[in-house]
Amino acid sequence: MLFGGAAFWLALSSVFGLIASLKFHAPAMFANCACLSYGRTYPAWSNLLVYGFCIPAGLGVGLWLLARLGRVEVAKPWLIAVGAKLWHIGVLVGLIAILAGETTGHEWLEMPRYASVILFLAFLLMALWTFVTYSRRTEESLYPSQWFVLAALFWFPWIFSTAIMLLQFFPVRGVVQASTAWWFAGNLLNVWLGLAGLAATLYLLPKLVEKPLQSYYLALFAFWTLVLFGTWTGIPAHVPLPAWMPTLSGMAALLFIIPSLAIVTILLATVRGAKVPCMGGPLCFTKFGVWSFAFSGILLALTACPQINRVTDFTWFGHGQNVLRIYGFFAMTMFAAVYHILPRVVGLPICPNRIRAHFWLAMIGTVLFALPLVVAGVLQGLKLIDPTVSFVATVKAVMMPFRLSTLGEALLLVGNLLFLFNVVGVIVSCHRAICTKVYVDATAQLESAGVKS
Amino acid sequence: MKSGALVFLAAFIALSASWGGFVLAPQLQLGRAPQEKATGTDNLYPVARAGFAKQGAEVYRSLGCVYCHSQTVGQDKTICEIILEDVGTNAGATLAALLRINAELAKPETLASLPMVVRVVADVPAAIPLMKSFTSIGGKVSARVVPQGPDVARAWGVRRSVAQDFAYDEPVQVGIRRYGPDLANVGMRLPDANWHLRHLYAPKSVVPDSTMPPYRSLFERRRITREPSSDALQLPSEPEAGYEIMPTDAARALAAYLVSLRSDAPLYEAPFTSPTPPAPATNAPASTNSPAK
Repeated sequence: MLFGGAAFWLALSSVFGLIASLKFHAPAMFANCACLSYGRTYPAWSNLLVYGFCIPAGLGVGLWLLARLGRVEVAKPWLIAVGAKLWHIGVLVGLIAILAGETTGHEWLEMPRYASVILFLAFLLMALWTFVTYSRRTEESLYPSQWFVLAALFWFPWIFSTAIMLLQFFPVRGVVQASTAWWFAGNLLNVWLGLAGLAATLYLLPKLVEKPLQSYYLALFAFWTLVLFGTWTGIPAHVPLPAWMPTLSGMAALLFIIPSLAIVTILLATVRGAKVPCMGGPLCFTKFGVWSFAFSGILLALTACPQINRVTDFTWFGHGQNVLRIYGFFAMTMFAAVYHILPRVVGLPICPNRIRAHFWLAMIGTVLFALPLVVAGVLQGLKLIDPTVSFVATVKAVMMPFRLSTLGEALLLVGNLLFLFNVVGVIVSCHRAICTKVYVDATAQLESAGVKS
Repeated sequence: MKSGALVFLAAFIALSASWGGFVLAPQLQLGRAPQEKATGTDNLYPVARAGFAKQGAEVYRSLGCVYCHSQTVGQDKTICEIILEDVGTNAGATLAALLRINAELAKPETLASLPMVVRVVADVPAAIPLMKSFTSIGGKVSARVVPQGPDVARAWGVRRSVAQDFAYDEPVQVGIRRYGPDLANVGMRLPDANWHLRHLYAPKSVVPDSTMPPYRSLFERRRITREPSSDALQLPSEPEAGYEIMPTDAARALAAYLVSLRSDAPLYEAPFTSPTPPAPATNAPASTNSPAK
């Protein structure tokens, strides 16, 4: 339920992303239709990606992890299914509102308040029963993944309720809005995605290479540094806020390098010496996710340096970093988790060739999407800080990397459609298997009845 | 960590700290900041936008202009220029003072081409003793605070943007991208609403290399019935004869909003000297924390 919907939103988000990206190649495209303007398709892309895909996928994986690691059945699965349906309705309402121009104007929180309320209630419903599942666990000791999932369950309601209260229902005045929105975005993208994604990473890595996690204390260290430093990130350097805020946020961004490197260390130590081939399976996805997490963490830390953010602020750099965080790390890890979990839940295998094809499409797509943007950001920034270069020249300077980036986005779209096909395929064949079984049972009864009469 | 309660405690400590820092603290520091007097005047700043421009802000939000345009100007530093305006009666002593302050300019030709910037220093306190060396011999001199940086050099603003500039915006559209030029002072740079309307309809008609998408959905193409409307867009090529392009209310509101965008009041936290001082009666700088006369 969660995964199928998430896969659908992911594919749809790619469509909007591609439309938004094409705007830079052909600005006049769809000029007569306000709902397909860049300023609406871009938030449609980002919101569908985060609210449509990341959060439900993260919750679904988290629920499965808590149930699996606690050795317990999911509590009230139908209530969680209701929550998931409600969530998807909220995303649909929000998408329509964004395309109709009802955006809030705050980045990563564009959905208007009526959609936000639905999302909030749906999350609470799902989080509550996920928590109940956890509290009924029969396995007392906690595995590191469980910390990450629990913290993620706690994190989102807090940041989301703060953001919708202070930005949508009772808007604060002036730049306090901006600081609240940036705080929310930093917590959502750096902490929440980090928590929910790393929970899956820490479970999958040892499971896939069939070795114990290296090590428990390193995971503990990564957890603490992630929540302590990540939560202060998000405020860009050159903004009209009192100077202490960007400075503090920059410090946190710099320190964010610590959890990033800790996770890489866990990866290297855990898979060292393992004789499990990668072969484009879930392990490949997970490894790529960890490297992307680290790399985007390093990019974030770089922007803390005044000499660098002087160039990279206001450019494509930040977008590239976000793409790497969301697609490279989070989505890839979720793909791994879904490909690991779904066959176990529905009891049917997914064709490994299709998974492999998806991996290569997604990996090349992500690299082509994100890295040219980072390069473009630097090129554009160097021109922006030189006032003798005309502004139009700064925009035109990035067209070449931008073309590559659009190509990457197109590959990702194909990859995401393949993911949708894989996930829906398994779910449909599961349903078909159930139907067949029911049909066979029913006809068997009929036959026996017929024989009797 | 063995228990779930400890996990929640960790999350609570971390999140409440940043919540206090980035949500509560700015609200306490800025959330109720009153209007300020622009330096050197009695004008309160900022003032809320007038009705039509306020509607335009909604169009700006709704079309997502913020994804390509920032509204914040940065500056690297400010400098203080000392301008010698008039020699007074004692040219010899002035030349002697110039020799001390800027030896290259200590020539009689300098005195013939006044007013002239004779020295650049870091700030006003550094300028005061140098200015005194002219005023003490009867010369007329002024100081000008000039912000420096690429944004100012691009004429995107006369000073950096500060929190005060956004006090009445709802929602605040600071923006963190410049795929299009910064708009913090677009109303100062391009004060003609008709220019903005033409630019919104067909950006390339006014900026040949523009990469901005046209927003034709904000306009209506209609057949001219009796005589052409005076509000119709004046465009070089479009439309074909018998038709005219009329801006909708949304387009005119957006243009009014763009014209209203200007943050050019000198403030205590963002000082600068207006190029044209409002009251030239004294030789004190018009709008900075004034040095001695």
